[in-house]
Amino acid sequence: MGLVSEYVDTASTATTERLTRLWPPPRSILSWLSTVDHKTLGKRYITTAFVFFALGGIEAAIIRAQLARPDARLLTPEAYNQLFTMHGVTMMFLFVQPVLSGFSFYLTPLMIGARELAFPRLNSFSYFVFLLAGIFIYTSFLLGAAPNAGWFNYTPLSGPLYNSGPNIDFYGLGLLFLGISTTVGAINSIVTIAKLRAPGMSIDRMPLFLWSSLTMSVSVVFAMPALSAALIFLELERHWHFVFFDPQFGGNAMLWQHLFWVFGHPWVYIVFLPATGMLAMVFPTFSRRPMVGHTFVALSTVTTGLVGFGVWVHHMFATGLPQLSMTFFGAASITVSIPSAVQIFAWLATMYYGRVVYTTSMLFAIAFIVQFVIGGISGVMTAAVPFDWQVTDTYFVVAHIHYVLAGGTLFGVLAGIYYWYPKMYGRMLDERLGKLSFALLFIGFNLAFFPMHVSGMLGMTRRVYTYASSPGLDTANLLSTIGAYVFAVGFVVTLWNVIQSRVAGHIAGPNPWGAGTLEWLAESPPEDYNFAQMPIVSARDPLWTNGVTPGPAFDEARLTPRTSALDAELQRPIELPHENYWAVATSVTLLVTFSALLIRSYWLFGIALATTLFGAARWMWPLQSKVAETEV
Amino acid sequence: MTAAELRSEHLLPPVWKPSQEVGWWAMVLVCASEAALFAYFIAAYFYLGVSNLSWPPAGFELPKLEKPLIMTALLISSSIVLVVAEKLREHGRRAAYRLLTGATVLLGAGFLTFQTLEYREKLRTMSPMSNAYASTFYTITGFHGAHVAFGLLLLLYTLLRDSLGRIEPERPIVIKVSSLYWHFVDVVWLVILTSLYLSPRF
Repeated sequence: MGLVSEYVDTASTATTERLTRLWPPPRSILSWLSTVDHKTLGKRYITTAFVFFALGGIEAAIIRAQLARPDARLLTPEAYNQLFTMHGVTMMFLFVQPVLSGFSFYLTPLMIGARELAFPRLNSFSYFVFLLAGIFIYTSFLLGAAPNAGWFNYTPLSGPLYNSGPNIDFYGLGLLFLGISTTVGAINSIVTIAKLRAPGMSIDRMPLFLWSSLTMSVSVVFAMPALSAALIFLELERHWHFVFFDPQFGGNAMLWQHLFWVFGHPWVYIVFLPATGMLAMVFPTFSRRPMVGHTFVALSTVTTGLVGFGVWVHHMFATGLPQLSMTFFGAASITVSIPSAVQIFAWLATMYYGRVVYTTSMLFAIAFIVQFVIGGISGVMTAAVPFDWQVTDTYFVVAHIHYVLAGGTLFGVLAGIYYWYPKMYGRMLDERLGKLSFALLFIGFNLAFFPMHVSGMLGMTRRVYTYASSPGLDTANLLSTIGAYVFAVGFVVTLWNVIQSRVAGHIAGPNPWGAGTLEWLAESPPEDYNFAQMPIVSARDPLWTNGVTPGPAFDEARLTPRTSALDAELQRPIELPHENYWAVATSVTLLVTFSALLIRSYWLFGIALATTLFGAARWMWPLQSKVAETEV
Repeated sequence: MTAAELRSEHLLPPVWKPSQEVGWWAMVLVCASEAALFAYFIAAYFYLGVSNLSWPPAGFELPKLEKPLIMTALLISSSIVLVVAEKLREHGRRAAYRLLTGATVLLGAGFLTFQTLEYREKLRTMSPMSNAYASTFYTITGFHGAHVAFGLLLLLYTLLRDSLGRIEPERPIVIKVSSLYWHFVDVVWLVILTSLYLSPRF
């Protein structure tokens, strides 16, 4: 494409040697626990999320086996309840948000020309809390007592009266525990994006992926507490018979639904927007031109995040709310289509004005548009209250959510994997296997989920373990099951691709796609310190516009520049911590804290909480060297 | 620009601004998230209020005001004392700073003592399991009390670090961050006072 950056790294050998000493390679197996490297932790986030994805996928496969034919008896109703609940909980909380966070933690410092996230030890802590919370929730299967009231867990079904086992406590305490990881991860992202951008990367020069991860993180900060509040109420009711949801004693079961969806709808955008941000990186690169309407796409990303807080009632149209409230929320929900359409038209225009290269990554991105438009339209349909009444709690809604989250987010993540894998591992993924995988996934996905629109319209209700035979339902369900297995095979192909390309892939080089953003300036895979000389940015898509020059090396210690939030003027370098065991230790004591609540052992709870606080205090304790120095 | 130029220009700005520090940003965001938690708690309180015929429900008396008003006075004065303490430290008066931060801790502990007394009196007539009103009341005030306790630990931690000389001389961010949290907990109390204690009287 001719736009080769004239950037020349002028770092001396002395500098690179000093930096290598400051960022030593892992010394032993224990480094696995103590590492604070955002690249290691980011990849680990992605891998762990995909392990949970596999578990959620196996649950889905069993569900589809049960539903392949009418009146099947493969699963008992209770087993079915646990499986569909865990499928939802796994995909929503343990896969899709963590995998997007993983990309964000891996990519953000590279894209902004920094050496680390703002809080590297916090990143390690949030990873381990995520891992342990996932294990905590999955332990319920060993007891045969997995959560069984659906991923949105409505009361009173989830209350002490109808659900006396530990099932829902795994859900409630597990998600409270996981929420700590999500919240501190979001705060880490926000501060990093705000304060550690390369000198000169003012916010109008910031890549769109960062706009989406910033929007997602801000939404997490304000939405997560609504779930926490709901879960605290639920656990107080279950443990100590407090009253929040029982109308007999002044409670209101709808309180759960309001709190849950005040969290839940922003959450849907939290798990969707970062995927659009990935696409906004993929489309320009493979259309060989800058993004059309960059500013409008950034603004519409932020708008979508904001509007996400004002539409929660559309999940509750069938609960007998006042007409006026439903009209308002119906209208607000339709509004979301405006910023979404801005993004879609900007992607299409970028392709239209560019020269499209059909790589695997680009194919996933294009399929994203197709499937997201279908999911978006079924979303607009259900925003109309009378239509919603017809299809609520049917497979139509199941089709809608999967078109947005699987057809949308998941395809976006796959586009991201094929796009950034060369950066992460230094080798290219195989394009032939990639295209085969794409074909299987695209066909399998649509075969699995499109018929659900039909079965839903025919009245098939979600979350019921079987159905009576009827001409329409039998065929639609069989097709869905076949599609789901084709989809699974598609994943196995990509999994094989990812594994074999680690050794057999072509060497990638720093910028195999000829892309324009800063992460492609670093080596593939990047050095542990990312950049030997800290880049100074003077334009958007800096590698395409010669908008980057090598700045100071900051090699006196583990340093990265800190800049002002809007204009990215250099303030001073900040010192980054070395590897550390306190973060992982604190995450383990937190696990004990929540486990103590689960087994209702309050003395253990007290000890574990005190230990956690001590661990956190120890973690924040400054080094004598840092205190002694008045300047770095 | 060379590294040396960048350093001389930017490394030691004439006045240190805590708002430039990443730690300060993180604490602002922690407070924002905690503020949202209390906002949802209080929204739940009012939501349950409007779905009942009367709130507090019949048979429950209005919360008494004497103790909460004393508690308010304690918290507000603790915040003022803390601001003075920080100013004194900036002028190099470390001993006075420690004394006044200690006073802040005592005022905060006074708040918790009065809250305990209030609970002891209230629990005789109103069990948290009796009704949604009682449950929300104890949950909201209890969580706030826990935040006060955590704020106290944070202040004690700051004092400990100061006494051991473990605070960055040029950039005492831990002091700024812990007092930011303390003032935040103070403001949350004012919102709780207005919603739970004063609003039922209007």
